[in-house]
Amino acid sequence: MSVLINSSSKILCQGITGSQGTFHTQQCIEYGSSVVAGVTPGRGGQNHLDVPVFNSVKEAKENLEIDVSMIFVPAKFASEAIMAAIDAEIGLIVCITEGIPVQDMIAVKAKIKDSNSKLIGPNCPGIITPDESKIGIMPGFIHKKGTVGIISRSGTLTYEAVHQTTHYGMGQSTCIGIGGDPIKGLNFIDCLELFEADPDTKGIVMVGEIGGSDEEKAAIFIKDNISKPVVAYIAGVSAPPGKRMGHAGAIVTGKEGTASAKYEALNEAGVHTVESLALIGEKMYSVLK
Amino acid sequence: MNLHEYQSKQIFLESGIPVLDGGIAVSPDEAFEIAKNLSTNTWVVKAQVHAGGRGKVGGVKITKNIDEVKDLAENMLGTRLITKQTDINGLPINHVYIEAGTEIIAEYYFSLVIDRAKETWTFIVSSEGGMDIEAVADDTPEKIIRYSIDPSKGLCNDSLRSLAEKLNFMNHLSDEFIDFAKKVFELAKKTDANLIEVNPLIIDGDNHLVALDSKIAIEDNALFRQPELYELRDPEQENKLEEKASNNDLSYVSLDGNIACMVNGAGLAMATMDLIKIHGGSPANFLDVGGGATTERVTAAFEIILENPNVKAILVNIFGGIVRCDVIADGIINAVKSSNITIPIIVRLEGTNVENGKLKLEESGLKIISANDLTDAAVKVVASAGV
Repeated sequence: MSVLINSSSKILCQGITGSQGTFHTQQCIEYGSSVVAGVTPGRGGQNHLDVPVFNSVKEAKENLEIDVSMIFVPAKFASEAIMAAIDAEIGLIVCITEGIPVQDMIAVKAKIKDSNSKLIGPNCPGIITPDESKIGIMPGFIHKKGTVGIISRSGTLTYEAVHQTTHYGMGQSTCIGIGGDPIKGLNFIDCLELFEADPDTKGIVMVGEIGGSDEEKAAIFIKDNISKPVVAYIAGVSAPPGKRMGHAGAIVTGKEGTASAKYEALNEAGVHTVESLALIGEKMYSVLK
Repeated sequence: MNLHEYQSKQIFLESGIPVLDGGIAVSPDEAFEIAKNLSTNTWVVKAQVHAGGRGKVGGVKITKNIDEVKDLAENMLGTRLITKQTDINGLPINHVYIEAGTEIIAEYYFSLVIDRAKETWTFIVSSEGGMDIEAVADDTPEKIIRYSIDPSKGLCNDSLRSLAEKLNFMNHLSDEFIDFAKKVFELAKKTDANLIEVNPLIIDGDNHLVALDSKIAIEDNALFRQPELYELRDPEQENKLEEKASNNDLSYVSLDGNIACMVNGAGLAMATMDLIKIHGGSPANFLDVGGGATTERVTAAFEIILENPNVKAILVNIFGGIVRCDVIADGIINAVKSSNITIPIIVRLEGTNVENGKLKLEESGLKIISANDLTDAAVKVVASAGV
């Protein structure tokens, strides 16, 4: 078992013929993901990476069974690409693209609320169920099939958490990079709920960062709804207020979004927090032992 | 990207949002000329810097003597203004805005922001205008009134009317407020602003609503489709190193410490700063070199890091995923060779081909200290910086 994706997930790549789309789709195929088609407007009818290319998501969906769309479309057109996937009723949309204007994401969120689609990202590494399916840009080889579910706002911090849980032999059930933007698809709470319901997930790692109040909301949710142990790390204890730390979402404004407020909320909810990134794996190992 | 008050007011004017008459000056003589052409008997000289809190530190001066405008402008221009919102160096005053003064009947706070929690735009208003709004929110939260726009429905007239009522705007003032809010919302959509703030919004002597101050912040991710606004960028108001970094596609933020960091990924970069702090050191910067970490990018990053004279040691922390560690090691070696670095460099590599990468660093003959893991790296760099 796993959450959201498994070995039978049929994947479409929007923007498959671009350089990023080509490179990473190739990597996904090599990992064993079942990529069945691509979309690039104007390139319909061609084959690329041995899969058929369609002009639109709608056209691809009419011809093939598709569960997931992975988006590598440039920021300028990415919100339209997400909308097209929602219109075609794709169940899971994974948007890797970085730098989408936040106003475009307001429109996307308003639309997706009335649909059956789920969105991961944008500005994220994607999602992976080790040994089954990799949908995104994460290095596949660091993962190991196992029992820890990972949810993270940051790409490289996801890799650190994966590396450590692999090192301690626990491995991962599924890892979800939810992305570093202020307005995004699935959030901590949505993913916590999925991992709670997944029988193969024994523990959950949550990697947050400064900015917004999603971690605080997750803490309240964990207290009432999550029975599995949660280990959490928050990046940005040393970040000064008012300075954006790379990610569009990572900024402390006023009293909101500080790492210490997040730690406080998580500790109160009984979450096993670690102050050093280096201790995520060790902590989960000792909790699950 | 922030706009200056004078730029924001020009945009307000073009959008039919009421502002007072005024003009922008770069010299005392220009300031005087502008003052002469304003039909008023009170003149306000306002320092143009990308920071709030100007009034409390002499950045806004009022006079009833037109000859004094020149002196006030002269005293401000060419100096740096240090406010609550700037760092200790303050920001340079290269422009002053000369505005016609007005009688003020009442002051309000007004803003429209992108609200991440609500995932839409939210109006924030208060009868406590002209004040530090964060302090108002802390001390008297009941005086802050919010209205979030339902993005699938758009602006709702009734909600705006109810906001106006809560601010006690009656009759024509209520209509003016609704018109004001609508125009600000249209402007935010058109300009990709993530903040439009008017503090204070006032009722003037003629009993009309006017924006006395204005601040517009444009979302960086949307600048590609706002070329005209991008032209309004004022690099003088930005940190020189941060600007240089952004020109090299690097994300860099200056900090007060003495341990420089170079990391791939924003989250890991923050986490690296945190690790340094946990182990007793103090980070000199945030720096994300991105996924590539090529020789060119690493070289540019070293250049920027070394321009900060406080730096005593450098920590390079790279998780090589898609890009292999041996390739990253080559990049580091080439960059160190061409940068003539004399301070200690600690490198922590992890990921694909890590053993090969470490070996390359060892065999390079350069004084690069290799770290075994995250904690080891932090301990070594803090020791090297001599804290």
